[in-house]
Amino acid sequence: MILVFCELKDGQIRKPSAEALSEGRRLADAAGKPLGALFAGASCAGSAEAAKYGADVILTAEGPTLASYSSDAFATVIADAVKAKGATVLLAAATAVGKDMAPRAAARLGAGYASDVTGLSIVDGKLQAIRPVYAGKAFATTTFASAVQVATTRPNVFPAAEKPGAGVAETLAAPVGDFKSVVKEILAKASGKVDLSEANVIVSGGRGMKDGTNFKILEALADAIGGVVGASRAAVDAGWGLPHSMQVGQTGKVVSPTLYIACGISGAIQHIAGMSGSKFIVAINKDSEAPIFKLANYGIVGDLFEVVPELTKAAKAMGIGKN
Amino acid sequence: MKILVALKQVPDTETKIKVAADGRSLDPADVKWITSPYDEYALEEAIRTKESKGAEVVALSVGGDSTKDVLKNALALGADSAVLLRGDGQGDAFAVAQIIAGYAKDKAFDLILCGNKGLGGDNAAMGPMLAELLGIGQANVIVMLELSEGSFKAERETEGGSEIVEGALPAVITAQKGLNEPRYASLKGIMAAKKKTIEELDAVPVTTGTQIIALSLPPERPAGRKLEGDAAAQAQALIQALKDEAKVF
Repeated sequence: MILVFCELKDGQIRKPSAEALSEGRRLADAAGKPLGALFAGASCAGSAEAAKYGADVILTAEGPTLASYSSDAFATVIADAVKAKGATVLLAAATAVGKDMAPRAAARLGAGYASDVTGLSIVDGKLQAIRPVYAGKAFATTTFASAVQVATTRPNVFPAAEKPGAGVAETLAAPVGDFKSVVKEILAKASGKVDLSEANVIVSGGRGMKDGTNFKILEALADAIGGVVGASRAAVDAGWGLPHSMQVGQTGKVVSPTLYIACGISGAIQHIAGMSGSKFIVAINKDSEAPIFKLANYGIVGDLFEVVPELTKAAKAMGIGKN
Repeated sequence: MKILVALKQVPDTETKIKVAADGRSLDPADVKWITSPYDEYALEEAIRTKESKGAEVVALSVGGDSTKDVLKNALALGADSAVLLRGDGQGDAFAVAQIIAGYAKDKAFDLILCGNKGLGGDNAAMGPMLAELLGIGQANVIVMLELSEGSFKAERETEGGSEIVEGALPAVITAQKGLNEPRYASLKGIMAAKKKTIEELDAVPVTTGTQIIALSLPPERPAGRKLEGDAAAQAQALIQALKDEAKVF
């Protein structure tokens, strides 16, 4: 069996999990194996949706010990499910939870682990992964030495495709015990917006923004086109009051949106490493020689303080972001 | 309190990646090696804990002779002692976790700190694997850490927000940018470090979980085009192109 750990939010499968599940279906077909979707929580209401993405079996573990996330409780559920089902491949999305739990579960299973993969295939019956290294400056083709193979899939890379499966429901026991580290509180999010790593459109500002307060023009553009605002390391380290969670680059977030608009970003190697996986790149910079233009599908040589508000205006005039 | 800080030596962020002749590893020519930046936050947190609460800080790395630079730097910054586990520090995360677990298992560390990922390998896996192998708790991608007698409270970065994780010590805590602002080594620290010796031990035998069979560079991006005219015309042309050519909207 190929088993995919899935996360629910407000009773729905999270998009990165739906992507992992769809990739799991593709691999299951290639390997001639069934696909299992695995859920854990106080309630797994909504898990039936996994059938839509091709799950043959939907495994749910419900119980009070799974109400709050804890790495060892979740790793226990997952490792036990892998053993019980004789699964050879375990996938999860490379989300905050996925990246916390999957390596722990892999170590418990004595399994090799490939994180944040952007490509998966079955070669001679074994899983093979392609994953970005050096923040996307290179790609490593990775094979597994272990019988069980664990991987997390990078959000926004694998398409979520609907392909109905039998979706036979099966319940698993929730783990009992005293867990070593538990999430006690979810702190209020700054906004209801998606995280940079999952965003489809990113508007990013660099040193050319001159001050943190000027990022409001990027916010306005992002709002108009359904995007999220990011920043370069130069901007985050400039002392403008921008949180490091906004940072895109090798020492920040590595992103792969459909559209990345770089405003006043020259294109340092470490920034490019974090965003060169974007499908379309737009660069807006005063300096026509800025290295960022080498990557850009569309370049605008000009003053971002003039161009960005015009973009917002043009997007609104053309009804972008309304559908 | 006894703190272990695991440090990894990695290529500098400005490194232009070249593939070695074997087709599956990094060409080390012209590479400047540094301590992984996330590990620097881990080390700084250990030193601050030592300064505020009193602690013994042991810096550890897995590798060969060149890896000693990372440990010398840690000693200069304030680590009390340093251990080099001779083995393949560039091996997969599972192998490195086994090597460190083999060393740490009977040393009664109260806290193990490392970066949330090693720059370059980008696995973000060694810390959680080490916690599992040692049978202790974990908190990853941490931007705030409070230590009490036998327990910890940490703020962990998640998608677009954060959460508070509490747990028992010992635990593995992996650091994220924002946890602190690492200091520079003082001349006095550098001089003092020269007098300290680095303990060298052979790494325990391990099993590898994964293997890199090929390393390749990303495909060249197609040549782009520059949009002409004044700001309004450029903006209009861009939105139109994104809509009609790229079909982003």
